[in-house]
Amino acid sequence: MDWFPYFLQQLINGLTLGSIYGLIAIGYTMVYGIIGMVNFAHGDVYMIGAFQAMIVFLLCGTLGISWVPLQLLLMLVVSMVLTAAYGWTVERIAYRPLRGAPRLAPLITAIGMSIFLQNYVQLVQGPRPKPIESIISGGVSLMTRSDGSFTVQLGWMQIIIIIATVVLMAGFTLLITRTSLGRAQRACEQDMKMASLLGVNVDRTISMTFVMGAGLAAIAGTMVTLYYGNNDFYMGFLAGIKAFTAAVLGGIGSLPGAMLGGVLLGVIEALWSAYFSAEYKDVAAFGVLVLVLIFRPTGLLGRPEVEKV
Amino acid sequence: MLNISRVHTFYGHIEALKGIDMEIKQGEIVTLIGANGAGKSTLLMTICGTPRARSGRIVFEGKDIAQLPTYEIMRLGIAQSPEGRRIFPRMTVQENLRMGAITADAQYFEQDLERVFTIFPRLKERAGQRGGTLSGGEQQMLAIARALMSRPRLLLLDEPSLGLAPIIVRQIFSTIKEINRQQGMTVFLVEQNANHALKLAHRGYVMVNGVITLSGTGQELLSNAEVRAAYLEGGH
Repeated sequence: MDWFPYFLQQLINGLTLGSIYGLIAIGYTMVYGIIGMVNFAHGDVYMIGAFQAMIVFLLCGTLGISWVPLQLLLMLVVSMVLTAAYGWTVERIAYRPLRGAPRLAPLITAIGMSIFLQNYVQLVQGPRPKPIESIISGGVSLMTRSDGSFTVQLGWMQIIIIIATVVLMAGFTLLITRTSLGRAQRACEQDMKMASLLGVNVDRTISMTFVMGAGLAAIAGTMVTLYYGNNDFYMGFLAGIKAFTAAVLGGIGSLPGAMLGGVLLGVIEALWSAYFSAEYKDVAAFGVLVLVLIFRPTGLLGRPEVEKV
Repeated sequence: MLNISRVHTFYGHIEALKGIDMEIKQGEIVTLIGANGAGKSTLLMTICGTPRARSGRIVFEGKDIAQLPTYEIMRLGIAQSPEGRRIFPRMTVQENLRMGAITADAQYFEQDLERVFTIFPRLKERAGQRGGTLSGGEQQMLAIARALMSRPRLLLLDEPSLGLAPIIVRQIFSTIKEINRQQGMTVFLVEQNANHALKLAHRGYVMVNGVITLSGTGQELLSNAEVRAAYLEGGH
């Protein structure tokens, strides 16, 4: 059992990373579900969320707020509210005017939005990575290899990330299945015209979807800021692509799929880096995507397109 | 209750409705009959603002609704059971009904649910089943029940008899009559099944190629030679 402690450590790291991917992936999958487009600016919305959290953290320092739970709360709340406003604005400016246009058109504006957000942050925040000190460090030692050469660490931050993700997912599932907003979203997803014939304000429902996706991305951004503490304007690109991969892996349009895809991708990346090569971890991640698409084109939990209607 | 005057609707360059005038009074059952492609469903959808009338006025309870967005029109007290039924396939029967009640006061939900389950006991048996797995007849019942859940004052029904067994058609028509009589709900019914529809309705209109060609009481139209030749004899 000498291999087990090392494996467990990588699993913990993978779950942490996967939770982040999953939170971002929900934004992709919900938007795809409701309007059938891939919001390529979503990764950059996540980056905005990370920067908001960082700015709030630095402001806390300036204002002398040093109680950690309060700092965390402020970072989360402010980042969520502001990032949600960004998500709403992106939809309003770049996608809503193109509703009913050919599918390629909003794809192009999404890429445009992505480039705009990156350049905007580069301009106002500077191009260099912004390191911040970690405010939550340390953790618990779970076990030690029998010869004492390796100890499995579960960091406090990792615990926070994983628990927060589980709680958010549970809350989110309730929101989608039990509330009238969630029902309206699912109705729009299945038949937008019929939803409006029942009195659903479709435009508002779509806006709310962007707001919710951006809110979750902001939480992911805040967590990453606290976990790695090294934000730059380009960080949304790869994270976005990975989260999109996670959404496709789990079955795009499916909420549990997005979460499952995120966790799988995180674990695969962590294990590959640990046992094979860290340089090629992205190759492993995208390789799995290719395999899934070949053998199960609808993703792991996706539904087949054919329906009896 | 509903006044339609000089309404024109286009699909691209094709004029689907060529100046429609029509009136539906409070408490009436009015039917619109006509051949496939005459523009009957287009008229129902135009009342709901999708597609929007290019010109003309649609006045519901004194308010011109022709330029309102669809969801606002439906919140004024109009409900439609549309062509093709449009059941949400991945929602259960009960969730579909809940969607129907989305604009209604939540306190009436249980009571209204019981009411539509009394009218359509079949839906009660299927309450937890997904809409997409229902048979055609069950979907039709669900579409009507869903429209009733919003407590509309004006109910628009698009071919409720389509694809149904004669015994279910009779049942649905007597249900419509009952809802109209007991609750005073105004009903606008589009039908190809002219015989049934005209017997049920207080008044009727005949549409040909986007134009209203005839109107009168149900009995008048039933005995009209043109109507008999075109819609009643042969085929039914």
